[in-house]
Amino acid sequence: MADKTAPQERHTIAVLVDNEPGVLARVIGLFSGRGYNIESLTVAEVDREVGLSRINLVTIGTPMVIEQIKAQLDRLVPVHSVRDLTENGPHVERELALIKVYAIGENRAETLRLAEIFRARVVDTTAESFIFELTGPADKLDTFIGLMRPLGLVEHARTGAAAMSRGKEPF
Amino acid sequence: MSTASPSAPTGTEQTSTATLKGAEIVLKALVDQGVDVIFGYPGGAVLPLYDALFQQNQIRHILVRHEQAAVHAAEGYARSTGKVGVVLVTSGPGATNAVTGLTDALMDSVPIVCLCGQVPTHLIGNDAFQEADTTGITRPCTKHNYLVKNVDKLARTVHEAFYVARSGRPGPVVIDLPKDILVSEGAYLPPQEIAHRTYRPRTEPDLAAIDAAIDLLETAKRPIIYAGGGVINAGPEASRLLTELVELSGFPCTLTLMGLGILPASDPRYLGMVGMHGTYEANLTMHGCDVMLAVGARFDDRVTGRTDAFSPGSKKIQIDIDPSSVNKNIRVDLAIIGDAGRALELLVQRWKARKVKIDREVIGRWWEQIECWRAVNCLAYAKTDEVIKPQYAIERLYQMTRDRDVYITTEVGQHQMWAAQFFRFDKPNHWMTSGGLGTMGYGLPAAYGVQIAHPDALVVDIAGEASILMNIQEMATLKQYRLPVKVFILNNQYMGMVRQWQELMHGGRYSESYSDSLPDFVKLAEAFGATGLRATNMSELDDVIRKMLDTPGPVIADICVDQLENCFPMIPSGAAHNEVLLAPPDRKAGDSFASEDGMVLV
Ligand SMILES: Cc1cc2nc3c(=O)[nH]c(=O)nc-3n(C[C@H](O)[C@H](O)[C@H](O)COP(=O)(O)OP(=O)(O)OC[C@H]3O[C@@H](n4cnc5c(N)ncnc54)[C@H](O)[C@@H]3O)c2cc1C
Ligand SMILES: Cc1ncc(C[n+]2csc(CCOP(=O)(O)OP(=O)(O)O)c2C)c(N)n1
Ligand SMILES: [Mg+2]
Repeated sequence: MADKTAPQERHTIAVLVDNEPGVLARVIGLFSGRGYNIESLTVAEVDREVGLSRINLVTIGTPMVIEQIKAQLDRLVPVHSVRDLTENGPHVERELALIKVYAIGENRAETLRLAEIFRARVVDTTAESFIFELTGPADKLDTFIGLMRPLGLVEHARTGAAAMSRGKEPF
Repeated sequence: MSTASPSAPTGTEQTSTATLKGAEIVLKALVDQGVDVIFGYPGGAVLPLYDALFQQNQIRHILVRHEQAAVHAAEGYARSTGKVGVVLVTSGPGATNAVTGLTDALMDSVPIVCLCGQVPTHLIGNDAFQEADTTGITRPCTKHNYLVKNVDKLARTVHEAFYVARSGRPGPVVIDLPKDILVSEGAYLPPQEIAHRTYRPRTEPDLAAIDAAIDLLETAKRPIIYAGGGVINAGPEASRLLTELVELSGFPCTLTLMGLGILPASDPRYLGMVGMHGTYEANLTMHGCDVMLAVGARFDDRVTGRTDAFSPGSKKIQIDIDPSSVNKNIRVDLAIIGDAGRALELLVQRWKARKVKIDREVIGRWWEQIECWRAVNCLAYAKTDEVIKPQYAIERLYQMTRDRDVYITTEVGQHQMWAAQFFRFDKPNHWMTSGGLGTMGYGLPAAYGVQIAHPDALVVDIAGEASILMNIQEMATLKQYRLPVKVFILNNQYMGMVRQWQELMHGGRYSESYSDSLPDFVKLAEAFGATGLRATNMSELDDVIRKMLDTPGPVIADICVDQLENCFPMIPSGAAHNEVLLAPPDRKAGDSFASEDGMVLV
C-alpha cells in the first residue's frame, strides 16, 4: 500500500443494510478477508417494515485504507448506504457496559462513590457484589472499568458503539 | 454491457396466475434472460433441474467433465460474447469443485450465474449427504450469492442474479437451490424494469470530471493511455472509442494483460503490454510520463511493480466503474466513476467540442524518447535452426492464422506471457486468459466455451504441458460435442514460469518444477478421439501448425520447445519499472535479482 507510513486514524462508520440472512457475515468476512481492523461492531434492525438494519462500526486504518473500507462496504449488494461519521462533522457516540464488581466491607462504599461520579446505575446488588450499567463514550467506559479493576472487577460486557451525526439531518 | 441493465428485478410481487415447479421456474427465468446454453454436471440435488432440461429444447446443456471446467467454459463464453455465462452444478462436491472457477471469474470481473443444487431445506445444517455450506464457502469468491428458501422468490432471485452479475463491475453470482424448492410449485415472475433496492452502481460519469481530465491531457507533455479489462467489460464500442481517442490525441497507449485487443496491436501508437512481462517501452513510458489516463485498469501489482516507485512524476486520471478500484494501490489525482464506454464517449465528444489542440512538437519529443526505448527491441530472442523457440512457435501460429477469425485462450505460465507478447490482437473479446487468479487449467474449458459461442471460428488454447493436465479430462467434452478446439502445447518439460523464478531468485535450485513422467500427448489426443501432432524441431513446426489448422476436429499439437528459455523482459517482483531485466546478454549469469521485499511477493 502506497501510504503504509501514513498515520492510523480511528473512524466510526454507519451502514444501512437490508436485514437479510448472511448480511452480517458479508460485512465481517470483508473485514477479515481484507485484513481490516474492527474495533467494535454493533448491528440491530432499525426498520422492521422495510427490513433495514443499521451497523455501527469503529475501525482503524490509514486514510487510504479507510477509503477502501467504505468503498468495499458500499459495493456489497445488500448495502443501502455507508456514512463515515468521523468525516462528516460532529457526531455522538455511545456505548453501554454491564460491569460486575466483587465488593465487601469498606470497598462497597468506595465502589459506590466512584459509580456515582461516573453516573453508573446499579442494576443488581448482593451482599458481596454489584452490577453497574454505564453508558457513555468508549473512553469513559474504559476509565471506569480501569478504576473497578483493583477494587474487585469480576467481569464486564460491552455493546460496542452506537453512533449518529449531530443535527436534524437523517443518517 | 453495464450501461444497459433493463431488467433490474424486485419490487412489488406481481404474480402471474399459473404455477410451475421450481425447476421449471428456473429454466423459464433463464430463457427470459436470453440464455441459450449452460455448462453443467448432474448430481442428486439437481436431478429435478436435469429432468426439466430433458423436457425442453430452448436451452442447450453442455456436459463438462469437472465442475471447475464448467465455470471456465462459461467464462470463455461470457468474455467472448459479452453475455452472462451460466453454470449448473450439484450440491456438496459439485459446488466445492466450482470454487476455483468462481474465484477466477471474480478476479477477472467475468459475469457468471452459477446454479448450485443443495440438500432439501429441512436438512440444511444436518451434515446431510453431499451437503456443503455453499453460500458460506462462496461468499468471499462471488460478487453475491443467494440461498432460495421460498419457491415464490425463486424467479425473482434468478432475475436479480443476472442483473447483479452483469451490472456495474461484472462478476460471478451463485444461487443455492435446495432440492425441495426445485420440486415444489410456485408462481413465475417475468423480468421487470424496477430499480434494485440497494444495488445501483453508477454508470454515468461526472461531466465536470471529464472536462478536468481533458484539461490535464491537453497540457500533457509526456502522456500515456493505460487501458485494461474494464474497457472489454464495457463492450466493443468502448474499444472503438478508446482507439478514436488515441487517434485524436496521438498519445501512446499501453494495455494490460486483460486488455489486449482494445487497441489494434498494429496501431503505431500501441506500445505493447505493460507490467511484469510487458515491453520495455511501455514500462518506461509509464514510468516517465507526466499525465496517465487509466481506463478500466486496476493498477494490479503485476503492473505497478514497487508501488512507491510507480510512475513517480505523473498526474493520474482513472476511469473505473468500481469506486473500490480507485486509490486502492495507487493514489490518483482525478477519479472518474462510471462505465468506461460512457466516459470515453463523453471524452471524445468533449475533446472534439473543445477543439483540443495538442502541441505536436512537444508530443513529438516524447515520441522520440519512446522510439529510443522501442529501438531496444526488448522482445528479441535468439533464433536457431534446430530447437524450436517458444516465441517463434507463437509468431508462426500468429502469422499462419492472420486471415482467420481466431480466438486465443491460454493456460498459465511462460507460454501465457509469450502468447501475450507475440500474438497480436486487433479486436477485443478475442483473448481469454486467467489474469487475476492465474489459474492453470483455465485455457481448455475456456476455449470450448468460446467455440460454442462462435462455432465457425478458430479457437486455440495456447498451453503449457503442466497446465494442460489440470483439466485434460475436458478433451472428452470436445469429442462429445465435436468442438474443433486446437490445443497448442509449448512443451518445455518444465513448469517454466516456476523454473524461471527459481533460476533468477532461488539460486537455480529447481525444486519440483520438472515435468516428470509426462504422457505422450499424441497418444493422449488419440485416446480421447482427437488428433495428436508433434513438432520436435524447426523443420517440422510449420507443417504441424498447418496440419493442426487443416484438421476439422479437435487437435493436440505437442510443440517441443527450448526447455530453458526464459520470458523477458521481466520486472522482478518488488522492483520498479525502470529496473526491468532484459534478455541476456544484458544479464550476467549468477546475477541475483531477489530483493528481500521482492522475494515474498508473487
Ligand atoms: C503469470 C502472470 C503474469 C502476469 N503478468 C502481467 C503483466 O506483465 N502485465 C499485466 O498487465 N498483467 C499481468 N498479469 C495479470 C495481472 O495479474 C492482472 O490480472 C491484470 O494486470 C489486471 O488487468 P486490469 O488492470 O486490466 O484489470 P481487470 O482485472 O480486467 O479489472 C478491470 C477493472 O476495470 C473496472 N471495470 C469493469 N467494468 C468496467 C466498466 N464497464 N467500465 C469501467 N471500468 C470497469 C473494474 O472495476 C476493474 O477495476 C499476469 C498474470 C499472470 C497469471
Ligand atoms: C492451479 C495452479 N497451481 C499452481 C500455479 C503456480 N504456477 C504458475 S505457472 C506454473 C507452471 C506452469 O507450467 P506450464 O503449464 O508447463 O507452463 P510454462 O510456464 O512451462 O509455459 C505454476 C505451477 C498456478 N498458477 N495455478
Ligand atoms: Mg511447461
